[in-house]
Amino acid sequence: MTRYRLAIHIVPRRGILDPQGKAVSDALHSLGFSEVGDVRVGRYLVVEINAASADAARAAAKAMCEKLLANPVTEDFEIAAVEQS
Amino acid sequence: MKAGIVRFPGSNCDEDAYRAVADGLGQEAVYLWHKDHDLQNVDLVILPGGFSYGDYLRAGAIARFSPIMQEVVAFAKRGGMVLGICNGFQIACEAGLLPGALLRNASLRFVSAPVALRVETIATRFTSQYHLGQILQIPIAHGDGRYTADADTLARIEGEGHVAFRYVTPSGDVTEAANPNGSLRNIAGITNAAGNVLGMMPHPERAMDAWLGSTDGTPLFRSIVDYLSSGVGA
Repeated sequence: MTRYRLAIHIVPRRGILDPQGKAVSDALHSLGFSEVGDVRVGRYLVVEINAASADAARAAAKAMCEKLLANPVTEDFEIAAVEQS
Repeated sequence: MKAGIVRFPGSNCDEDAYRAVADGLGQEAVYLWHKDHDLQNVDLVILPGGFSYGDYLRAGAIARFSPIMQEVVAFAKRGGMVLGICNGFQIACEAGLLPGALLRNASLRFVSAPVALRVETIATRFTSQYHLGQILQIPIAHGDGRYTADADTLARIEGEGHVAFRYVTPSGDVTEAANPNGSLRNIAGITNAAGNVLGMMPHPERAMDAWLGSTDGTPLFRSIVDYLSSGVGA
């Protein structure tokens, strides 16, 4: 077994109003960052997982996202990085 | 009727619900502890308002996995009546007892205020003692009450008459200004397809007596008692 560190991003699904993202986008515009388009504010989780391989760790994290970490009605998730810790 | 009010760490409307049943209706009420598996033969489970498990991760997300919720879900699947109020509505959605989800208020503000609701159906076990289209005054107190569902789900719950309450103006119009949280279609409360689970963000248990400012919550509880005492209930 190896210990892996996984970075997981969870963001509000496209098409669902994200008032936090809109507030941030508006604030960036008022600071002069006129190049900013859509902003989504989500969550970033770092999860340590003991697994036989990086693929197994990734599969476990996917199951965790589907069951608990992300809401399937409103959120998308992405397992951004898998590293040995 | 015997009602069981679930107490999660962070529940804060459990006593309001208890008093609504015990004092408001004169019916039996018991508390159900989140770590227990025993529903104590109740006829109705109330998931009360509050901030169960600190709203960590998402409102209702952790409560759903508590021991008592395994029993509540099984009870609902057998046709048992479940009333989810505020955080209880969020928990019921997370547990899959009701379709959709509740997101951060569009205003990003916590809103604590009396609101006007319109009764959208009286063909449920929870609303039979109202008049169709009746305007109610019931308080809300939440930061995450924006009801959301995908387009197919919305069409289904609207088409099958599962929207129980909508936020309206005092004269009964569905407008954006009357919507306190940005809920799709101004939805304030829904039932499941089988009709034995109701979730709503407003607090009927806080509108049970004139000194509370409104008695418009009482018929909701009376509807439940009426259904259960008619002999067709669990």
